[in-house]
Amino acid sequence: MSGEVVSTHSIDEKPKVALLNNPKVRGGIVQAALLIFIIWLIYNMVNNAAINLAKAGIASGFDFLNRAAGFGLNFSPFIEYTETSTYGTVYWVGLQNTLILAVLGVFFATIIGFLVGVARLSSNWVIAKIAYWYVEILRNIPLLLQIFIWYKGVLATLPGKRDSIDLGFVGQLNAAGLYAPKPVFAAGASWIFWAFLAGIAITWFIGRWAHKRQMATGQQFPIFLTGLGLILGLPLLAYLLTGMPVSFEYPVAGNFGPRGGMQVIPEFIALWIALSTYTAAFIAEIVRAGILAVNKGQSEASYALGLRPGPALRLVIIPQALRVIIPPLTSQYLNLTKNSSLAVAIAYPDLTAVFAGTALNQTGQAVEILLMTMLTYLALSLITSMFMNWYNAKMALVER
Amino acid sequence: MNKKILSAALGAAAMGVATTAASAATLDDVKAKGFVQCGVSQGLPGFSNPDSAGNWTGLDVDLCRGIAAAVFGDDTKVKFVPLSAKERFTALQSGEVDVLSRNTTWTMSRDTTLGLNFAGVNYYDGQGFMVRNDLGVKSALELSGASVCTNTGTTTELNVADYFRANKLEYEIVAFEKADEVVAAYDAGRCDVYTTDQSGLYAQRLKLTNPNDHQVLPEIISKEPLGPVVRQGDDQWFNIVKWVHFAMVNAEELGVSKANIGEMMSSDNPGIKRLLGTEGEFGAALGLGNDWAANVIKLVGNYAEVFEANVGPDTPLKISRGVNDLWSRGGLQYAPPIR
Repeated sequence: MSGEVVSTHSIDEKPKVALLNNPKVRGGIVQAALLIFIIWLIYNMVNNAAINLAKAGIASGFDFLNRAAGFGLNFSPFIEYTETSTYGTVYWVGLQNTLILAVLGVFFATIIGFLVGVARLSSNWVIAKIAYWYVEILRNIPLLLQIFIWYKGVLATLPGKRDSIDLGFVGQLNAAGLYAPKPVFAAGASWIFWAFLAGIAITWFIGRWAHKRQMATGQQFPIFLTGLGLILGLPLLAYLLTGMPVSFEYPVAGNFGPRGGMQVIPEFIALWIALSTYTAAFIAEIVRAGILAVNKGQSEASYALGLRPGPALRLVIIPQALRVIIPPLTSQYLNLTKNSSLAVAIAYPDLTAVFAGTALNQTGQAVEILLMTMLTYLALSLITSMFMNWYNAKMALVER
Repeated sequence: MNKKILSAALGAAAMGVATTAASAATLDDVKAKGFVQCGVSQGLPGFSNPDSAGNWTGLDVDLCRGIAAAVFGDDTKVKFVPLSAKERFTALQSGEVDVLSRNTTWTMSRDTTLGLNFAGVNYYDGQGFMVRNDLGVKSALELSGASVCTNTGTTTELNVADYFRANKLEYEIVAFEKADEVVAAYDAGRCDVYTTDQSGLYAQRLKLTNPNDHQVLPEIISKEPLGPVVRQGDDQWFNIVKWVHFAMVNAEELGVSKANIGEMMSSDNPGIKRLLGTEGEFGAALGLGNDWAANVIKLVGNYAEVFEANVGPDTPLKISRGVNDLWSRGGLQYAPPIR
C-alpha cells in the first residue's frame, strides 16, 4: 500500500484556478462591491439632503406629526378630525379617503368592466355596439378630463344648495353633493351587524355542503336564494327582535341649504364615477381578451353537455378565462389606486391633496412628507399585488 | 475599471447637486442669466395678472420689474413664473425662482422654519369673506352652517378655521389648489362663502359671472402683511429686494415720481440726491450701480404711482389707499431712510 501514489487527478475534479478567477468568488466580490457602493450612494444622498436643509435653514425631522394642523377637512367618514388634530391625524384621514376611493372604485370598476367585457362579445348587435363604444370612448379620453367633466360639467350644474332636488328617502341632491339620511345606532344595533356576519358565515357553510352533495349525488341546491335570504333576513330579524334600534337622521333645511344627515361631497362622487368608469373600460378589454383566450372547443363542449349559454359562461368559460384575466387586472387595480391621487385636481381630500399638499405647504417639510407619501403608495400597491398574486395562484390551472 | 469611473461620476454628480443647491450669490446668478426669475400668482387682477398679449401687470409684478431695473437698468429683464399657493415656497427654496412676489403673508413659521426671508411689506391686507347678495347675510357671524371655498396651503385656510372655531360656528371647508378653481367652484354654487385676503376678494369678484350679485362682508379676520420673499443665506440679494421696495416708498415720500424724475435729477434736496445716486455711494453697497433707485423710479414709478396704476380707485379694483398710505398720512407704509 505504501509508496504507491495514486493520481488525484480525475475528470470529475475541478481544475485548480486562482481564487480571483473562481466565478463564485468573483461574483461575490462584484456583488459586495455593488452593495457597498449603493449603500454609500444612499448614505451620501441622505447626508447631503440633511446638510443642505440645515444650511438653508429649513427645519427637518418628523416632530411636525405631533403638531396641531389648524386647518379644516370636509370629508372624514370614519376618523374623528377637528382643526386641533395633529398632522399625524391628517395623514390617517388622507389615507382613509384614498382607501375609500380605491376600494369602492375597484369594486365598481370590476363589476362594470366584467359586464361590458361580456357584453362586447354578445351576439346581440346593439348590446355589443354599446359596449364597443363605451370602451372606445372612455379608454381614449384622459382620466383628468373625465374627472373635470363629471365635476364641472355634470355635478356643478346641479341646482344651488337652497333649491335641492328631493330624492325622497335617498336624500337631497344639490351642487354641494348628496345630503343622505345618516343612520343613528341605538343600543343593541351591534346585533344587526353580527347577524349579518352570521348570515355570510352560514351561507358559506351551506355552499360547501351543497357543493359536496352535488358532487356526490348530482342534486342541486338553490344556494343563491338561500344565501340572499340568510344575509338579508338574519339582520332584519335581529333588527326587529332588538326593537328597531336604527333610526335615520334626515337632513333638514337650514339657511345655507340642507343641514345634518350624511353629506356625500360632489368631489368624491365625481372621482368615484370617473375612476370606476375609466378603469372599467380597460377591465372590459381584459375580460374580453380572457374570454377569447378560452378555446372555442370549451364552449362547444359545454353546449354539447346541454348547458345553456349563461351557465356555460359562468361555469366553464369564465373560470378558465380568469387565469388570463387576473394578472393584467392587478395592474388596473394598481392604476386605479394611484390615479386616485388626481383628486388633487378637484377638492377631494385624499392622501396626496391633504398630506402631500396642504400639510406639506403648511409645514414646509417637503422631504419627510413626500417620503412618507411615496412609501404609503408603494405599500398599498405591494399589498394589492400580493393579494392578487395569491388569488392568481389559487386560480391557476391545476395540472393533472 | 469601468465601475470605478461610474462610481466616481455618480459620486461627483451627487456632490454636484449639493453644491448648486447651496450656492448663495443670487445676484451673480441673475447677472449671468441676464434676467430675474420672479415667482408670481397664477392670475390675480391688480397684483399679478397676464393680459391677452401675455404681458404681466400688477403691484407684485411691478416690484419684480423694479428689481430688474435696479440690477440691469432695464425693467423688461424679468421672467415670470406663475406659481400656485402650494408650489410657491418649494419653487423658491429649490432655486427655481430668485424672488417670490406673490401676495404671500409674512408669518413667523414661514420666516423661521422654511429657510426664507421676507423682504418688507408691499401691501397690508386682511382676510375677508364674500357671499351672494341673495343670501341676505350681513355679517360673518351669520355664516354658521355655510360651506366655505378657499385655497389650500394658505394662511387663509388656517385663519378661517380659527375664526369659525373661535366663534363656535359650524362650517364646511372646500379647499382647492388653484385660485381659479376656487372662483369657479364659488361661482357654480358649490360654496356659500369665498374667503381670501380682501384685496383678492375684490380682484376675484371681477371674474364672477355677475360681480354685482356678490358682496364682501365687513369683517376682517386677520392681519395679512403681503410682501416679497427671498431665500435665506444671501444677504446681498435680500438687501436688494428689500431696498427696491423701500426706494419706491421713499420716492413717494420725497415727491419723486416717474413723471418728474428728469427734473429731480438736479434737485438740491440731499435726501433726493442720495436716493437718485447723485450723492453718496449707496448702489455699491448693494453691488449695483449708483443709479439703481433712479432706474427703479424712472422705469416703474414710486409706490403711489404703482398703487394707483394697479389697484387704486381708478382701476376696476377700486381700492383706496387705506392702511397702505404713507406713515405721514396715517398709513403703515414706512421706509427706512437712505443715508
